Amino acid sequence: MILPWRLGGLALGLVFLAAVVLVKPIGVSTQFVIFDGILWDAVNPAVVVESLDAKSGYASPNAYLDKSGGAYAKHVANPLNYGFVFVLAMMAGAALSALLRGGVPKAERAMPPVWRANFGASPMKRYLVAFVSGFLVLYGARLAGGCTSGHMMSGMMQTAVSGYIFAAGTFLAAIPLALIMFRREG
Amino acid sequence: MTSIILAIVIGGAFGFVLDRVGATNPNYIIGMLRLGNLHLMKTILLAIGVSSLLMFAGLLAGVIDPGHLSVKTAYLGVFLGGALLGLGFAAAGYCPGTGLAAAATGRKDGVAFLLGGLLGAAAYMASYAWVKSTGVLDSILGGKATLGVVAGTDYPALMPGLSGEVVGLVLGAVFIAVAFLLPDSLRPGEGIAAHHKGHHAHS
Repeated sequence: MILPWRLGGLALGLVFLAAVVLVKPIGVSTQFVIFDGILWDAVNPAVVVESLDAKSGYASPNAYLDKSGGAYAKHVANPLNYGFVFVLAMMAGAALSALLRGGVPKAERAMPPVWRANFGASPMKRYLVAFVSGFLVLYGARLAGGCTSGHMMSGMMQTAVSGYIFAAGTFLAAIPLALIMFRREG
Repeated sequence: MTSIILAIVIGGAFGFVLDRVGATNPNYIIGMLRLGNLHLMKTILLAIGVSSLLMFAGLLAGVIDPGHLSVKTAYLGVFLGGALLGLGFAAAGYCPGTGLAAAATGRKDGVAFLLGGLLGAAAYMASYAWVKSTGVLDSILGGKATLGVVAGTDYPALMPGLSGEVVGLVLGAVFIAVAFLLPDSLRPGEGIAAHHKGHHAHS
């Protein structure tokens, strides 16, 4: 059973506030890049190298990992940093909450009811669309420089102009597509 | 070390609450985007409103360090990237945070989403130099700008005559008011139907 929106919204708002008071605004999507970088660096150690010239102390032949003085390269080299541990803890927190409420029902683990009502019960079809969607979402989030957490929630709470631009782009694409794809209620 | 403990506490609380508000369940995200069940929309609007109101009140009272704010740059790619994200958000019912959290709760479509996400992030790393050369990453509207002037920060203001704190307080109140004014559903019958099926506790 989920929280009524008044209680849930208050709790979520207090978590976003606590993050700003104690450390910095919440963000998630950067950590996909850091994890990719860790994997890539494990295969090819030349991807992140120590560099005295770089502001962060680390450099990369990849322009994205190398940007802002090698800030991402530094986090790839040292995964035990705030942002990366934050996302791991987020996953653990969600798992704990799900465990305490009895877990996700088996029938829903492959797809939500609204998907089944519109596209049938084939798990492979659902996984394929989820995979392609994941690609679009993270490519989009990195192009935008943030995601629903960093741009929309953290951004709009700080009255950031970029947060409003992001929210406009997101909902102008998401609502029409959802209306077209999911004609039947789940 | 302190920062790692804070990451565990705040990150853990964030994941726990994301699951408890229903954000790890794509049925609620898709229900929101197809306007059939606005539970999550009301939750998110209230959350932004509460955090904005308390943060700007705390800044005015001097109990929050303005140096903790982190405003992102505005550029055309923010809109384009938001739109790309929106397409996947609608089709899958996941965004980066909720997809990872959902995968952790045992949703297999969440795992497929996160694998696709790792590939998408890698594709962006590979194409970053080209994307930058197109100019869509060039700052617009002042770059790292807020709507009004926030004291103690260097962020330029879109409306330099306005107090950023007052704008934040007013918008916070507006978000909260909209959360309360929005109906449970914009599709006749569906909000109530969802209620009877036990899809949400109460509204």
